[in-house]
Amino acid sequence: MNETTINYYVNEKGYFGDFGGAYIPEMLYPNVEELRQNYLDIIYDPSFQEEFRQLLKDYVGRETPLFYAKRLSERYGTNIYLKREDLNHTGAHKVNNTIGQILLAERLGKTRIIAETGAGQHGVATATVCALRGLECVVYMGEVDIKRQAPNVARMKMLGATVRAATCGSKTLKDATNEAMRDWINNPVDTHYIIGSVVGPHPYPDMVARFQSVISAEIREQLKEKIGRELPDYVLACVGGGSNAMGAFYHFLNDESVKLIAVEAGGHGVNSGMSAATTTLGNEGVLHGSRSILMQTEDGQVIEPHSISAGLDYPGIGPQHAHLFKSGRGEYVNITDDEAMQAGMLLSKLEGIIPAIESAHALAYLEKMKFKGSEQVVVCLSGRGDKDLQTYMDYFKL
Amino acid sequence: MNNRLTELFKHKQNNLLSIYFTAGYPELTDTLKIAKALENAGADFLEIGFPYSDPVADGPTIQQSSEVALKNGMSLKVLFEQLKDLRKEINLPIILMGYVNPVLQYGVEKFCTDVAAAGVDGVIVPDLPMYEYEEMYQYYFMRNNLCNIFLITPQSSDERIRKIDALSEGFIYALSSSATTGKNLAVSSDQTNIYFNRLKNLQLKNPLMIGFGISDRESFTKACGTANGAIIGSAFVKSLNEGFDEIRVQEFVKAIL
Repeated sequence: MNETTINYYVNEKGYFGDFGGAYIPEMLYPNVEELRQNYLDIIYDPSFQEEFRQLLKDYVGRETPLFYAKRLSERYGTNIYLKREDLNHTGAHKVNNTIGQILLAERLGKTRIIAETGAGQHGVATATVCALRGLECVVYMGEVDIKRQAPNVARMKMLGATVRAATCGSKTLKDATNEAMRDWINNPVDTHYIIGSVVGPHPYPDMVARFQSVISAEIREQLKEKIGRELPDYVLACVGGGSNAMGAFYHFLNDESVKLIAVEAGGHGVNSGMSAATTTLGNEGVLHGSRSILMQTEDGQVIEPHSISAGLDYPGIGPQHAHLFKSGRGEYVNITDDEAMQAGMLLSKLEGIIPAIESAHALAYLEKMKFKGSEQVVVCLSGRGDKDLQTYMDYFKL
Repeated sequence: MNNRLTELFKHKQNNLLSIYFTAGYPELTDTLKIAKALENAGADFLEIGFPYSDPVADGPTIQQSSEVALKNGMSLKVLFEQLKDLRKEINLPIILMGYVNPVLQYGVEKFCTDVAAAGVDGVIVPDLPMYEYEEMYQYYFMRNNLCNIFLITPQSSDERIRKIDALSEGFIYALSSSATTGKNLAVSSDQTNIYFNRLKNLQLKNPLMIGFGISDRESFTKACGTANGAIIGSAFVKSLNEGFDEIRVQEFVKAIL
């Protein structure tokens, strides 16, 4: 067989295949370069690893269970395991990354933390670790999101963070990201920017993926314990920017027998003009500092996405995802708002777990898959549904 | 044909004034009118911004002008259409400035060809990194005799500034401070003085133009004490907020020079 080995991980230039790089203005170069030169040395320093693991265990509550969902498995006629990232402190996988980055920021001597947030989950996870370590925290959030995610705004404030409104453009996640980047440009020395997903200029996509890779590392060990083999047949995860998916895929990328399914938000349907199905609707370009796939006009202006779940409401995907998509290593599909809401309700009824609407997108895709019965399927349950209660109430008239 | 920008710097080395404005702002068809008015008013060269939906290096003034320009229907295609008659009317060197994604969508090769065909002399793409430029795009810029202008900041190391100097054609765009556009230059601050002196001592081969925070005669004069000239952006764009008016443009430039 004439097989070329594809490298699914980052290369020395900061690229994943054709995607990645650091498309940043010179004002950001020193900040990003400082990070690039130091991140691997810091992360793989034994003292860092020890502190990181200890906090993940004692503070976040890892490892998270890999739960065999018996009734869901019966319904789909296969074996379904849920990776319970929803049981993490602050309610989602986001905190794996913020713990890692705050320890990194401390070692870089930074005293001030900034972050962007859409639904507020990453903002809360950032404000949480800043409270834990006593660092100043400023979170940028779209003005529209501030209004529709009031509880998370209140949580961030309780945790001591300053929440600043992004009032430009669509006033949502992408604009909050722009504002955070502007803040970093204006505060180049003392500030670390904790990006919440596997997006942004190199080294962010790789760094965030490494912090989130704890998810797939645990899945392997837990599967081995439960079924005697480390490799499932499928791993499913939802993708906005794609950090929980990259964490769930990370240690399976070179095991080609494991099918990786990334579920994007179809919104009202990919042809409705109200969608966030990036790989279907987008093409190659540069967004937020890396070359990837994004939703854009013919003129290269970024298109506003739509999803019922704020966490998937992003017009791009991380560059590593773009590479997995283009190389065919991952299968990129999408699920509509309605399908996701139904899946959220189904999991609540069958397993007693109310999922985040983001995670419900991954669950909804089970409905479209054909199973023989003997497969081992892992779904990354990236977050809990508490934050989405109002949306569930409005949708189901509860 | 000679590049107008490099020709300009051969003949004039001091007190050069460059003005930035956003194409298609405040009205879609104002682009050439503003350029002509600035030429009449005495600017030395012009930077025409092509708008982008997510301009991370820009402060509120240029963000807002970009948003309006996009709403007005401005795009690279429309801009090149508008620039068709550029050289019938305007002799000043012209630079286009904008973010990399619209250029990638347009196609870098076609972009460079069309820029040159319009009689534009240089391009500033602040989020196009040196590495990618050298590896993939420099060829198209050189083939079309276009200057690609790079930015430096007070945080740029001497080593990096020298590398940028080696790769640059035309001039180097030195930011007065590490900031987004539209902040005022602290003209008397020690940090600014140290940075300006460092730039002088580097003895670069390219001319230096200082931008960001230049808004009035005081900051312009201060910048010209260090560099070959200075660039005014946000302050001028702000003066257009109530509509383009030839006399106001005259007065704006007169107040600087």
